[in-house]
Amino acid sequence: MAEKSEFKFTPEHEWLQVDGNTATVGITDYAAEKLGDVVYVDLPKVGSKIEAGKVVGEIESTKSVGELFAPVGGVVVESNSAVVETPELVNEDPFGAGWMIKVEVEDESQFDSPELMDEAAYKALVGE
Amino acid sequence: MKSGSSLGEFAGRHIGTGAEAQSLMLRELGFESVDALMQAAIPASIHLAEVTSKLPRAASEPEALAELRQLANKNRRLRSMIGLGYYDTFTPAVIKRNVLENPSWYTAYTPYQPEISQGRLEALINFQTMVADLTGLTTANSSMLDESTAVVEGMLLARRVSRSESNLFLVDSDALPQTKALLENRAEALEIQLQFTSFDGVSTPSIPEAFGVFIQYPGASGRVWDPSEVISAVQAGGGLAVVAADLLALTLLKSPAELGADIAVGTTQRFGVPIGFGGPHAGYLAVRAGLERQMPGRLVGVSKDAAGRPAYRLTLQAREQHIRREKATSNICTAQVLLAVMAGMFAVYHGPEGLLAIARRVAEGTRFLAAAASEGGHTLVHGNYFDTLSIQTAHSADELVRRARESGFQFFKVGDDLVQFSVDETTTEQELQELAKVLGANDPAKLETVRWELSSWIPEQLLRSSQYLTHPVFNSHHSETSMMRYLKQLADKDYALDRGMIPLGSCTMKLNAATEMEAVTWPEFSSVHPFAPEEDVEGYLELIAQLQSRLAEVTGYDAVSVQPNAGSQGELAGLLAIRGYHNSRGDHDRTVCLIPSSAHGTNAASAVLAGMKVVVVACDELGNVDLDDLRAKIQEHSAELAALMVTYPSTHGVYEQQIRQITSAVHEAGGQVYIDGANLNALLEFAKFGEFGGDVSHLNLHKTFCIPHGGGGPGVGPVAAKSHLAPFLPSHPLAQKLPGAVEVAQGSPSHRNAVSGAPFGSPNILPITWAYIRMMGGEGLRSATGAAVLAANYLARRLSSSFPVLYSGENGLVAHECILDLRPLTETTGITVDDVAKRLIDYGFHAPTMSFPVPGTLMVEPTESEDLTELERFVEAMVSIKAEAERVGSGEWNAEDNPLVNAPHTAAAAVEEEWEHPYSRQTAVFPSNAAKLHKYWPPVSRIDQAWGDRNLFCACPPPEAFA
Repeated sequence: MAEKSEFKFTPEHEWLQVDGNTATVGITDYAAEKLGDVVYVDLPKVGSKIEAGKVVGEIESTKSVGELFAPVGGVVVESNSAVVETPELVNEDPFGAGWMIKVEVEDESQFDSPELMDEAAYKALVGE
Repeated sequence: MKSGSSLGEFAGRHIGTGAEAQSLMLRELGFESVDALMQAAIPASIHLAEVTSKLPRAASEPEALAELRQLANKNRRLRSMIGLGYYDTFTPAVIKRNVLENPSWYTAYTPYQPEISQGRLEALINFQTMVADLTGLTTANSSMLDESTAVVEGMLLARRVSRSESNLFLVDSDALPQTKALLENRAEALEIQLQFTSFDGVSTPSIPEAFGVFIQYPGASGRVWDPSEVISAVQAGGGLAVVAADLLALTLLKSPAELGADIAVGTTQRFGVPIGFGGPHAGYLAVRAGLERQMPGRLVGVSKDAAGRPAYRLTLQAREQHIRREKATSNICTAQVLLAVMAGMFAVYHGPEGLLAIARRVAEGTRFLAAAASEGGHTLVHGNYFDTLSIQTAHSADELVRRARESGFQFFKVGDDLVQFSVDETTTEQELQELAKVLGANDPAKLETVRWELSSWIPEQLLRSSQYLTHPVFNSHHSETSMMRYLKQLADKDYALDRGMIPLGSCTMKLNAATEMEAVTWPEFSSVHPFAPEEDVEGYLELIAQLQSRLAEVTGYDAVSVQPNAGSQGELAGLLAIRGYHNSRGDHDRTVCLIPSSAHGTNAASAVLAGMKVVVVACDELGNVDLDDLRAKIQEHSAELAALMVTYPSTHGVYEQQIRQITSAVHEAGGQVYIDGANLNALLEFAKFGEFGGDVSHLNLHKTFCIPHGGGGPGVGPVAAKSHLAPFLPSHPLAQKLPGAVEVAQGSPSHRNAVSGAPFGSPNILPITWAYIRMMGGEGLRSATGAAVLAANYLARRLSSSFPVLYSGENGLVAHECILDLRPLTETTGITVDDVAKRLIDYGFHAPTMSFPVPGTLMVEPTESEDLTELERFVEAMVSIKAEAERVGSGEWNAEDNPLVNAPHTAAAAVEEEWEHPYSRQTAVFPSNAAKLHKYWPPVSRIDQAWGDRNLFCACPPPEAFA
């Protein structure tokens, strides 16, 4: 797994790790902590097309429900079955084993969107 | 408390604090009198200087009972054979005495604190197992409000899940009439298209694509048939099958699962729950594997406690409206716990063989009457039946119904020459003989030739061979001694009002007086069919009419309907009335419902089900509706504004000063004001919704008006409205006419805004509220309100040096509840609101409401019924817990091992051989003198919430699990 400093972050508390035209997507440690004990994860099917900004999945804890937004538009090429079977991975390792989906994009310029923050900007957002 | 003639003697029993205690409390707060306190607390713009309701003078307890007895005597007790979803049953006396009439069961709250609710959670898991077994499906919830509501929820579930794009829902023409009415009403608001289909002889290729199908099994007319082909045809098109099945019939007939159903619904009334003129009863809903997360309602699951023992808890709560708001699976918050407990215990007591014997007796009695009907010259409509016969009469329906009546039986007239009637558990041999005569079979000898093999009148392929109720719990308690002890064992595990205060904010856990409960079990009230002829239920109708007009009087409204079976259904009925009103004026675009961010999630969930669009209004830092944002939102949606839903006093327990400005702003823009009555206990006889701008409200009789919570139901949520909305209040196709009721406008459909299966909802428990109002009178209600607000302010003041009170209104006063902010404590000590709540159990308390409406806080509502000693005991506990938390904060106690994070402490934990904690066993289980004198022992330690949600298991665990 790459260094966190290479990650990009969204205002919806998700992270992206870009590799060519594919991005791995997960939620941040901040989001995982706010949700509490994650008990259920619902992810889009492999092969499904997703649109940037739309809700594509759900992350449920004992006390609340978080939505997974598509940070970029594209096709889901992988979905983490481990996190579906063992939802606590989201709490234990949000930036690693707790990843959610991999999205392949046509237009790589999406990765340079001003909406996406670097680690420092994200830390400022959540007040760390 | 006032003395003198205006305040009845019952008020002194109901209100916990006497004159002396109140003057001590007032001194602490710096007020001369309760009236002075109330004047300072309630905005002058809505405050009433004196009692304005015209109610009869307060009656004493014996007087009220005598009046109720008179009303009861006006109900005629004929043997109802009307059926249609309601059947007479014997409530086993051991269940009646030990559950229905036992405050340990009926005064408990919804099991949000599972460690102190293991008894009723086990009873509910028995219920779920019973339903799952009989329907053959994987998971059943812990009850629905009634059968017809459950069918609607089944339809909505099918729509959520179906992969079909169709907007069509197919409905069996042979469904119960009340179910059809509810489906029509609810489907209309959501623009679902219904198609009523008689599946008799329909060839499956002619079935259109639909998102679901509803089948009544057996049919309302009694027909037993095999719907499996219809089910697979609909499923082939991507739809789901919802089957309403009679649980008693399912002991003989193939289960819905064996027929291919995805969802089964129904009622458990005939499992020992009195008919009660229509309710309350426990409906049920069960689903096949894969649909659990889409289920509405409460679900009990198995998890484990800190010591690794199996423990029960409510599971998958993230589906519910307090979390998911307008995206919830349903607006229904509550279940019918007390009734579900009774039905589950009926199955525990009778076991599979006992239930089968009852079902066989019913089926054979029906077979006998079928032969008698033929012998009498009538024609059976269906050759296959279980407990209900539809007959084409030899002469006329009226004549047969009259003949039955003369012999003491109620039959149901379906058409000019069509009559139906149902046999039930209580039908005796002698009654069968009398009924044979009614049917015109004058030669009983001829009936001896009836063949008794079930397959001679139930199709062979529908006879059940699969097993059910095999778990030991259904096969162990068949002697009364064993049953009595099992019920006692379970009750002992739970904390209810019979042990101590339940200071749950927004729940109003006040006294449920024994006198109020008396009439519930009188047979004149409990054995009455909801569709009985008007002349047989005059007492009930008079009681309901009186109650409705008294509720209208105390809330400042013009009309009340008691039909809604819960607050959530009252909300829905109120919003549907607003919708109907706008539509009647041609304002079809008025569909936006404004809801403050502080509102209970149910508001939003109900609005969606009434076909409205939710727009959230911000609250300011004091927790009040942000008037500027409200005005902006009104402006933005002026043409589409349907309503504002606002709770008063607010969900933050504060009397908002600006309430009149809020209601005026909405009215000026053409909107209607819905005032949520959840907090009405802070207002009665000091202010009235109808007088400060409310157009419609629901009331929670189980909060303000003393109906016990029953461990999580029954609830009653009447809807009250101004005259312009009155024509849009719930009606019912089979309702009797209330004395003094206004005729419904011509052309109004008979299902208009129906929200419950029975015309008057849950009448069997209405005598409770009737008695409360009758014994309190206007002055008594005003004194109760004053005492409730005094108690809340007293607690707020006494605790304010330990915990900041988050919100308060004018003069620093709260309404009937206060929010204690624990976040600063959590910040400095790491001790969370959960830790404090669980530690309160060691001190002998039920925790206040946790993290609602603000996360990290406790909301405390003492009610008027608690006395000063109990209030002081609570203060002492909270102050002591604060001190304990500080010892953790200072490092004296380990953050991972201290009496708070380890709470609650069981007896087993306290006597462990090795004790390695940094605090003593004494500190663990006897933290206060009060706890030493009167100890409540929690049966389990802290329950792992996440484990239960991740490893879903919702039926009785095998006995080995407890080894």
